[in-house]
Amino acid sequence: MLKDITIGQFFPGDTAVHRLDPRVKIVLTIAFIVLLFLAEGPISYVLIVAFLAIIIGISRISPKLVVRGLKPILFIVAFTALLNLFYTPGDYIWQWGFLHISKQGIRLAVFMVIRLMLLIIATSMLTYTTSPIQLTDGLERLLSPLKKLHAPVHELSMMMSIALRFIPTLIEETEKIISAQKARGADFESGSLVQRAKAMIPILVPLFISAFRRADELATAMECRLYRGDVGRTRMKQLKIERVDICAILICAVLFAAVLVLRQFGL
Amino acid sequence: MSEIIKTENLQYAYPVEEGQLAVPVLKGVNLSIKRGEFVAVLGHNGSGKSTLAGCFNAIRLPTGGVCYVDMMDTRDENNTYEIRKTVSMVFQNPDNQLVATVVEEDVAFALENMGVPPAEIRKRVDDALKAVGMYEYRAQAPHRLSGGQKQRVAIAGVIAMMPRCVVLDEPTAMLDPQGRREVMAVVRELNRKYGITVILITHHMDEAVQAGRVVVMHQGNVLMDGTPREIFTQVDTLRAASLTVPQTIEVLYDLDRQDGETLPIDALSVDECADILEKYLQ
Repeated sequence: MLKDITIGQFFPGDTAVHRLDPRVKIVLTIAFIVLLFLAEGPISYVLIVAFLAIIIGISRISPKLVVRGLKPILFIVAFTALLNLFYTPGDYIWQWGFLHISKQGIRLAVFMVIRLMLLIIATSMLTYTTSPIQLTDGLERLLSPLKKLHAPVHELSMMMSIALRFIPTLIEETEKIISAQKARGADFESGSLVQRAKAMIPILVPLFISAFRRADELATAMECRLYRGDVGRTRMKQLKIERVDICAILICAVLFAAVLVLRQFGL
Repeated sequence: MSEIIKTENLQYAYPVEEGQLAVPVLKGVNLSIKRGEFVAVLGHNGSGKSTLAGCFNAIRLPTGGVCYVDMMDTRDENNTYEIRKTVSMVFQNPDNQLVATVVEEDVAFALENMGVPPAEIRKRVDDALKAVGMYEYRAQAPHRLSGGQKQRVAIAGVIAMMPRCVVLDEPTAMLDPQGRREVMAVVRELNRKYGITVILITHHMDEAVQAGRVVVMHQGNVLMDGTPREIFTQVDTLRAASLTVPQTIEVLYDLDRQDGETLPIDALSVDECADILEKYLQ
């Protein structure tokens, strides 16, 4: 059950997509999301889908995996589609009470579904192909101008990467605790919602206690390894904009321009 | 001045709330450890051995007496950074000392904190990972490794720092026999190949046997201090401190007592023990 959590899941590889600078990848992903909402016509979407398919192809991430990533949001997608379908005013082609379907509604619903799915695919491609440490590293660099305003950018990115590091460890621990409680006759599956929520307490208490103990030990270990925050710190892996990155930026710029032009013609 | 660590009447009591009596854990330890030594610190639970280890690295500051690391007083905060560069530590639980999500990033962590230039970090990280035999795992996530492998990664992190002394606080306590063997092989190499002073806190007799010097802690004091051979032949004293002796010695000792014969009981390895038994049976 807990093994299904895919937050920050990363699939190592050595493709051009993997090698891209994390900063470039983050910025381009954000630009791509903006683009999704700028696109208005079917041709634009064909272009965008083709682009994404090529990226998935280059990255050698199995398309099955990409589709599986959509599962958790299917409900939201369906809900958005229904809302758009029934509540968009326009030329009605069907009406029943307060429900009505308009031509514009159908169009909007279809586009919303495509947009949301593409959005999830694009963002999961970012985490699939970028190691968490690179991701936090990239974020830290991107946000580093904020350090001048005394924003704790380094601390935040350190926190993020430690959190990601401990997710699998704590999942393992939770599974152990669940087994231990089950062995003592705990019942997590039956009873009302309240009863089941109450049954979680014997899992959460030991989990929290152990998490605090881990935090304490980790802090000591980090001090022993001379951690002093951001002071005089260097990095083993330097981020450098390479030719691949420039190519990626140019390709995305062309796509962006194409979609903007198509938008003028409503395509 | 060949001493890397020197304690004078070192005392430590854990802080308690007001109105309670502080329970002393270390009650005046005098110890000096020379450069290049391999010292095993033995002791039963609560004997103060881990607390002592914490003092060597300025994680714990003495509540009485002094602890010098390479002539630096650990009580002076200005020395703390240099002390931790000189003496690095490996802890018991490998899960709680690995910081990064990738093995090589974790080994690089201390070097990044020290501000070492990137190219040199790369080289030292690779060398350290090769030294502990974990180079092929450099791009893996730590949580996919076995306990012994994680602990070797932690040791690689220490090797990369190039300290003069390494304190290992029960590094094998949470490992299976296979992991223990792997880690002990690396620990021996730290001392022999790299000439790093090693202080191994343990309660496994067979690990202590591999050291050049054994210090036995009991109730916050140093009970015994000598070579493994000197220490482990004093079976009665060790048992009184609720410690066991290596199995090889235990066999010979019990046999010796039953028979009233005078057997040599100082067999530290299985081979030695077998030789003595063979002669005895003849």
